[in-house]
Amino acid sequence: MNSSDLFQETYSALLANKARSFLTILGIVIGIASVIAMVSIGQGAQSTIQTSIEGLGSNLLTIMPGIVQPGRGIVSAGRGTAQTIKNEDADVLRAIPDVLYISAEHQRRLQIASQAGNNTNSTVIGATAEYEQVHNVSIDRGAFLSDQHNRSLARVAVLGPTVATDLFGSDDPLGKTIRINKINFKVIGILKPKGGAGFFNPDDVAIVPLTTMQKILAGVDYLSTIAVTVSDKDKMPAVQEQATALLLERHRVAEPDFSVISQADILGALTQVTTTFTIFLASVAGISLLVGGIGIMNMMLTTVTERTREIGLRKAIGAKNRDISLQFLAEAVMLTFLGGVIGVALGWIAAVLVSQFAGIATSVSIQAVLLAFGVSAAIGIIFGYYPARRAASLNPIEALRYE
Amino acid sequence: MILCKGIAKIYKNGEIETTAVKNATFEIKDGEFIAIMGPSGSGKSTLMHILGCLDTPTLGTYLLDDKDVSLMDDNKLAEIRNQKIGFVFQAFNLLPRASVLRNVALPLVYAGVSKEAREKAAEEALASAAFPQNFWGHLPNQLSGGMMQRVAIARALVNNPSLILADEPTGNLDTKTGEAVLHAFQKLHMEQGRTIILITHEPYVAEHAERIIRVKDGEIVEDSKNHQRRLVNNT
Repeated sequence: MNSSDLFQETYSALLANKARSFLTILGIVIGIASVIAMVSIGQGAQSTIQTSIEGLGSNLLTIMPGIVQPGRGIVSAGRGTAQTIKNEDADVLRAIPDVLYISAEHQRRLQIASQAGNNTNSTVIGATAEYEQVHNVSIDRGAFLSDQHNRSLARVAVLGPTVATDLFGSDDPLGKTIRINKINFKVIGILKPKGGAGFFNPDDVAIVPLTTMQKILAGVDYLSTIAVTVSDKDKMPAVQEQATALLLERHRVAEPDFSVISQADILGALTQVTTTFTIFLASVAGISLLVGGIGIMNMMLTTVTERTREIGLRKAIGAKNRDISLQFLAEAVMLTFLGGVIGVALGWIAAVLVSQFAGIATSVSIQAVLLAFGVSAAIGIIFGYYPARRAASLNPIEALRYE
Repeated sequence: MILCKGIAKIYKNGEIETTAVKNATFEIKDGEFIAIMGPSGSGKSTLMHILGCLDTPTLGTYLLDDKDVSLMDDNKLAEIRNQKIGFVFQAFNLLPRASVLRNVALPLVYAGVSKEAREKAAEEALASAAFPQNFWGHLPNQLSGGMMQRVAIARALVNNPSLILADEPTGNLDTKTGEAVLHAFQKLHMEQGRTIILITHEPYVAEHAERIIRVKDGEIVEDSKNHQRRLVNNT
């Protein structure tokens, strides 16, 4: 029996039971579609995180109070509550060679209001002039903070585009007054949108002078972050080590009461999180694929029983065991393959819809599609094998007599 | 040519042995029209399965065209059935989803014959079985019983077999259509010199053959020429 005959037999057998074939395929369709959709959501999240972290600045070391261990995630161990990093720490770090810029920051979420009465709760960052270089921000209109602003405790603010639109809508905020914690600030600059739909939105910020933040808005003398730009990527580990040593010495402690985290650490931790997330989603979807496969097996066993006499006849007129098992295997693989094609299409559509309407970035990779096809064909072979074997091993005499 | 020497079939079910056929010895020459007749349970079906290479004998040798079939494995037997034997069953056993033409060509699919050659052979076989051409594209369920049996006969002829085995071919048909089917067999025998073995429990059907082998309780009790042969003449 050659392949075109086999195809025609398979085709007519599946068409003979359209409704049943369709319902059986449905299991595989749903399985494959959810695998594709889930994996693409996971991969989309991963690439979003990667770009947004890279967008925070290149060759960046972040020093935070408290112990933050990469791998446990960065949201842990009292960030914001520990008060161990002071302004002087930032100055000490300037002694390290290969350090280009140092940005000392204090940030918290505060209420910001425009005079028109619009309100927003955003991240207010107290920063120095170097913030601009360290974090790669660019000014759309106006100017960034200067050292002079910091020295004079100036009540000026640079707004991220999200905050600007929240407060002023389509009006130009430049030169207008906003109120942060009921204190008036003059808007001197607007940042260019950076984009990024990660966990932190770099556009939803207001930047004020560090001194103003510490002395007027927060009334504290500690920092929440020191961000350090290193001249060369290869020198990052050395700088990380030197910074740790210097700060340990300055704080006169044996165990660090701060953390020095490189971008690679954050990326690694987040990638781990998204990978786990993707695997979790994909395995939930994989279970539905398994259920679909069992559905295929169930239908094939029914088909074999129904067509016992046909099998008997085929054997009587010269079909070998191989011909019979191939015929039923082909039916199972055709079913799962069709399910795979429809499933990939549906999963793709689902991924596009999710990114359109839910705002979650997705990316459908060729690997995921190929994997889905491979898996669906494999399911056909695995779950079709037993029914096909059963058909092939029927005794022709008994099969012909089967009622 | 068929030569059976001391053929026996014994079924074992645990400790109990059942002998379905014992010590069957006979010879069938090419071009003979034979009826194997016996009541149900006489072993004629088992004998037919052995002659049709669907089963192998427990004892004895069966030579089909000088080849010993009794020792062959499943795949080899399938090949022999495909090339040398044509079956006609009581229940027709046509594929419900396939057209008449495809049903007839089916044995050639397993022989690896090309599509064109298959269709040509199927058309010739349908003509030999006197099946009207305007029904070639029909599905089996659109045909009458007699027509379906003609399709089955054409299918049995399509591989140009050494032997046509018909197992109660008139069992599901009324007398008149049964006669027509028997006429078709007689015509094939006389005009094309086909070797035909008819298995039946009805003496009336058996009497259409040239020679009758009577089977009872697994043994051949009579093997003789049929002197009062019925010839159907409905031309």
